Amino acid sequence: MADPRIVLDSGDIARALTRISHEILERNKGAADLVLLGLHTRGVPLARRIGERIASVEGVGVAVGELDVTMYRDDLRKQPTRRSHKTEIPAGGIDDKVVVLVDDVLFSGRTIRAALDALADLGRPSAVRLAVLVDRGHRELPIRADHVGKNLPSARSERVSVRLAEVDDLDEVTIA
Amino acid sequence: MRHLLSIDDLSVDAIAEIFETAADMHDVQRREVKKLPALRGRTVINMFFEDSTRTRSSFEIAGKWLSADVINISAKGSSASKGESLRDTVLTVCAMGVDGLVIRHPASGAAQQVSQWVDAVVVNAGDGMHEHPTQALLDAYTLQRRLGSLEGRHVVLVGDLTHSRVFRSNVLCLTKLGARVTVVAPPTLMPAGIAAWSAAAGFETSYDLDAVLPHADAVMMLRVQRERMSGGYFPSAREYTVGYGLTRDRLATLKPDAPICHPGPMNRGLEIAADAADAAQSVVLEQVSSGLAVRMSVLYHLLAGEES
Repeated sequence: MADPRIVLDSGDIARALTRISHEILERNKGAADLVLLGLHTRGVPLARRIGERIASVEGVGVAVGELDVTMYRDDLRKQPTRRSHKTEIPAGGIDDKVVVLVDDVLFSGRTIRAALDALADLGRPSAVRLAVLVDRGHRELPIRADHVGKNLPSARSERVSVRLAEVDDLDEVTIA
Repeated sequence: MRHLLSIDDLSVDAIAEIFETAADMHDVQRREVKKLPALRGRTVINMFFEDSTRTRSSFEIAGKWLSADVINISAKGSSASKGESLRDTVLTVCAMGVDGLVIRHPASGAAQQVSQWVDAVVVNAGDGMHEHPTQALLDAYTLQRRLGSLEGRHVVLVGDLTHSRVFRSNVLCLTKLGARVTVVAPPTLMPAGIAAWSAAAGFETSYDLDAVLPHADAVMMLRVQRERMSGGYFPSAREYTVGYGLTRDRLATLKPDAPICHPGPMNRGLEIAADAADAAQSVVLEQVSSGLAVRMSVLYHLLAGEES
């Protein structure tokens, strides 16, 4: 396989997240009733970063939580047992809030399908939106993102890797 | 991990993984909708050939919250009471297409035996005087939540060690997790051959609760089974309490932050005084809610993934 090619460096990632933060605010007309939920693993630090940006633009804190969809996956039986992670919903809950799901890569859409099921068990948001750092295509379900850092045309066999400082000690997105 | 028959089947890493998932499951108990779809379409049978309230209902709720279909069969009212052998009962049930079998049986080794007869995943929910692995896991999980790592912590187990499967599983589990374990019992209730076992496994034994208690980081009181009282193991219930009960006076010698565990059902006034059972440092009810989380985790790890 070819050497990994960097498609986003740390500057690109920072700019993409800043733009996404502004888009979320613009679409929501401010930070009121906003809840950002990061999907494990790398959606969680992304949601925190977007939360910090929104807080610095609007001057008010925004609720950030984390959502684990392991138990809701449709491929549990097809693999060895997966590790679960923590789900942490901000104190105000998600009822009647605008929930923005945050993930690193949007691919088949199956993770997001699982996340929507998980949300339904946790409450009833007034709206659910999706923000991703990279959309690489190849959807298998009728799901699309509202906010995209970068559209990355890719072959199904290619491997898109997102590394984030909080987890991997550096920020970059590569394709190989 | 194919079945859960004994704590011996589990590596330290496997235990850590079960505890991690249990912590995630714990949060589900606080939700309004207590349901995860992980075991949708899987069928779990609870086969209890011995009376049980908490273990059976704990496994039942654990399975249901994970969306498995759960059926309870007890010895009374089943064909076992008509003389059917364990093997025939189990094979009959499994012929219906069961994925998991949670079994409690008065014979030591029953779960192990059953696991060789069937394709289903088998969880030992207590076999005779042998083991009760999920109880040991939930006890260790509860203590870890209170104390942090159990490495080097001193856990004292008190009670009828000879007949106790909870004791056996707990010693295996706690020593595996690095705890320093002391077991205390009257000489008549100390299992035969414990000297060799304790030397090999690295735990201590004592007949003197008062000497051990002040140094304990946690204390686990085991139930004195009523049926033992006429067995000549100790002169009277009162005598047992004087020597080995966690009385109000002994409670005062215990470190104030040392958790008090009891697997239940408690004989208040016999092995544990009401003051100790209801003390702020008692974790008896926490053990019940932890038990549910640990059993959810065990069922998830055994039944959710691809078939091995």
